[in-house]
Amino acid sequence: MKSLTTRLVVGMVIGLFVSSMAFAETIRWARAGDSLTMDPHAQNEGPTHALAHQIYDSLLQRDMSGAIIPSLATEWVALPDNPNVWRLKLRKGVTYHDGAAFDSEDVVFSLNRAMADGSDMKELLSSVKEVRAVDSHTVDIETNGPNPLLVNNLTNMFMMDKDWAEANNVMTPHNVAKGETNFATMNTNGTGAFKLVSRTIDEKTVLTANLNYWGKSIYPNQVTEIIYTPIQSAATRVAALLSGEVDIIQDVPVQDLGRVNSTAGLKVNTAAQNRVIFFGVDNANGPTADLRVRQAMNIAINREAIKKVVMRDQSDPTGVIMPPFVNGWTPQLNSYPAPDIAAAKALMADAGYANGFEITLNCPNDRYINDEAICQAAVGMMGQIGIKVTLDAKPKAQHFPFIKGGDSDFYMLGWGVPTFDSHYIYNFLVHTKTGDRGSWNPTGYSDPAVDAMIVSLESETDLAVRNATIAKIWAAIQAQQMYLPIHNQVLNWGMKDKIDFAVQPEDQPHFQFLTFK
Amino acid sequence: MFLIILRRLGQSVFVLFLVAFISFMIFRYVGNPVDNLLGQEATVEQRDALIEALGLNDPLHEQYLDFVTRAVQFDFGNSYRGALPVADMILERLPATLELAIVSALFAMILGTLLGIYTAIRRNGLLANFIMSSSLIGVSLPTFLIGVLLIWLFAVELGWLPSFGRGETVQLGFWSTSLLTVSGLKSLVLPAITLGLYQMTLIMRLVRAEMLEVLRQDFIRFARARGLSERVVYFSHALKNTLVPVITVAGLQLGSIVAFAIITETVFQWPGVGLMFINAVFFVDIPVMSAYLLLVGTLFVVINLIVDLLYLAIDPRIRDGQLRRKVDD
Repeated sequence: MKSLTTRLVVGMVIGLFVSSMAFAETIRWARAGDSLTMDPHAQNEGPTHALAHQIYDSLLQRDMSGAIIPSLATEWVALPDNPNVWRLKLRKGVTYHDGAAFDSEDVVFSLNRAMADGSDMKELLSSVKEVRAVDSHTVDIETNGPNPLLVNNLTNMFMMDKDWAEANNVMTPHNVAKGETNFATMNTNGTGAFKLVSRTIDEKTVLTANLNYWGKSIYPNQVTEIIYTPIQSAATRVAALLSGEVDIIQDVPVQDLGRVNSTAGLKVNTAAQNRVIFFGVDNANGPTADLRVRQAMNIAINREAIKKVVMRDQSDPTGVIMPPFVNGWTPQLNSYPAPDIAAAKALMADAGYANGFEITLNCPNDRYINDEAICQAAVGMMGQIGIKVTLDAKPKAQHFPFIKGGDSDFYMLGWGVPTFDSHYIYNFLVHTKTGDRGSWNPTGYSDPAVDAMIVSLESETDLAVRNATIAKIWAAIQAQQMYLPIHNQVLNWGMKDKIDFAVQPEDQPHFQFLTFK
Repeated sequence: MFLIILRRLGQSVFVLFLVAFISFMIFRYVGNPVDNLLGQEATVEQRDALIEALGLNDPLHEQYLDFVTRAVQFDFGNSYRGALPVADMILERLPATLELAIVSALFAMILGTLLGIYTAIRRNGLLANFIMSSSLIGVSLPTFLIGVLLIWLFAVELGWLPSFGRGETVQLGFWSTSLLTVSGLKSLVLPAITLGLYQMTLIMRLVRAEMLEVLRQDFIRFARARGLSERVVYFSHALKNTLVPVITVAGLQLGSIVAFAIITETVFQWPGVGLMFINAVFFVDIPVMSAYLLLVGTLFVVINLIVDLLYLAIDPRIRDGQLRRKVDD
């Protein structure tokens, strides 16, 4: 009798084990860099957010196509009688990994935490005046003046449990610049689809599926475990995929795309990235201050050739410094001129530079895909119209401080638009360089009328009027040829072909969306 | 003896101060960490405030003095990238680097010595000639290329060994070791060969040259004449006399193995201090960079000291010479 019971128990245990094995789908995921901290408000950085998104949820989220979808908030409206207030309805029945319930108190706490000293997220909430709980599952966010774009800024704003934060003394984010760390640097308690099991920085992070996840019936949730390994060297990352040691990698180098695609059992998925690459030129001094010179340089650039030769077809040439997801983008703006050396030379002659001039091109060599090679190609193209370019390629840590100092006449820059709205481009790249705006506009371009229009966008709630202003600003800077656009980058994720997973334009994999064939 | 050690220690401290100073000079040209720290949305005012807060506007000698004062108390500050204390980061990653370095050094010394002896004894043998000519590859190929080639062959094509990482580790107190697990040992093979190959070929060529030199000497002829077996002649009499230069080179190479581990660790994503240093360079993480350079400096100084002491132990002539000079002083 006893042995029968034992056998039954053993049988049941084996049965349970086998059935759970059948559903156990581990994803081994690699990308170039590791998350910098598990504290969701301490760093505003891509790989940090990518890992946080698995564990924590935001009120609204961008799905795998980049569209905004409900997450912990199910509805959001600007109050009809007071456009300064956004009212958000929260999802009911959501619990944290430790079992505590999620409610409006946590939202008030988390948003205030994200605005606190030491937070790296506070710029995105700078228009917020107050966050109030209306009832247990309704929250009002009041802004200083109407802010039609506030909800766009909430997609990476993660929600924490107030009680957990109190219990562990992590009421404010750790201030990285001051060299602080806290309990939340290594520990988590989110509402997300995965729970943190173990983490060794720069080495390995293991996550397991959250069985009480609120999105269980909404998303596929086929992944039961994630093993995340940063692999810095691109060749090693590709080798790890080819040898089957990892299942999915981000940032496949363009020269290896063919190799991965032609390997049985592997594929590369691509999508346009939310990042545009362009050249900045001095609009105020030197030869490039002449509009005709800037126009000549623009039509001397052979964007198709850069795409084909330098980028191995992995780029999206453009005529405007705006990725196609951004509000304000039109096919007309995106269209780019065919290279026309004769016309460019004529413009140069008109401007009095028939014999050309000398200029230095500052270029990063470790920031964008094939950045230095693009600059090398540009040197040759400019040479065709008599501009003698000296290339000065440096690591990003030297390149960016240099160009921000305003000492460069001709430089390369790339720009992503996390809010998916033109205002983000204008605010940093177009507005006159002042204390809090135009921090990335070292070109000397300054137009008070354009500046006024940029500021007006921040409080304009009539979307039709707002979009008309956006179009007017684009027309103004395109007419001045303020920048020389090159292309939008393309993202490549390499993966096993049994995986069905679209490439997200922000380079953020959300693994609850992943399915297996 | 004691005086010699004391004098050497004094020189070592001076060298370390110099290392710290030179690394500080270099950091001015590495770039500015502020943009990495603040992200692209920061305003001009925030940048200026942070530069001031980090003390990057202070004169160089003040920054240097501040660093040295804290370093002698083993306080290396916090990393700009992630804010963790640098001393903890180094302690956590040092076992990985040291295990890799020691295994590579053992591989280089044992195999290098054995092959060196073999190629010296069988000077005209077919196999010995083959080993000698293929050792040129080890000397002339850059480390990263050897690493990538090994990964391509053993991880991608054959699938025998892992291409990255350290495998499973076991925690022994503060020391995490990968020497006690199968996956850990498998992970160690390719990085250790990559790192040790150059040193191995170097030691092999050195042992061979020394051995050929020694074998020509009279005492070997006399040993043979006494009818000693070949084994005793080669290993007991000849080898012992080749060891002094070999120890010098091997000792100094151990230091460069740790320093060269930067490249190997990057290629194999080996979670040691070298990989940490590369990350720090990209990020302009000045506290991590200065602490690492000081660590490598210390390592070289300590190894040099040990090598000097080993000389004294092995070669009585040096010991006597040193003592006599001391008396003369």
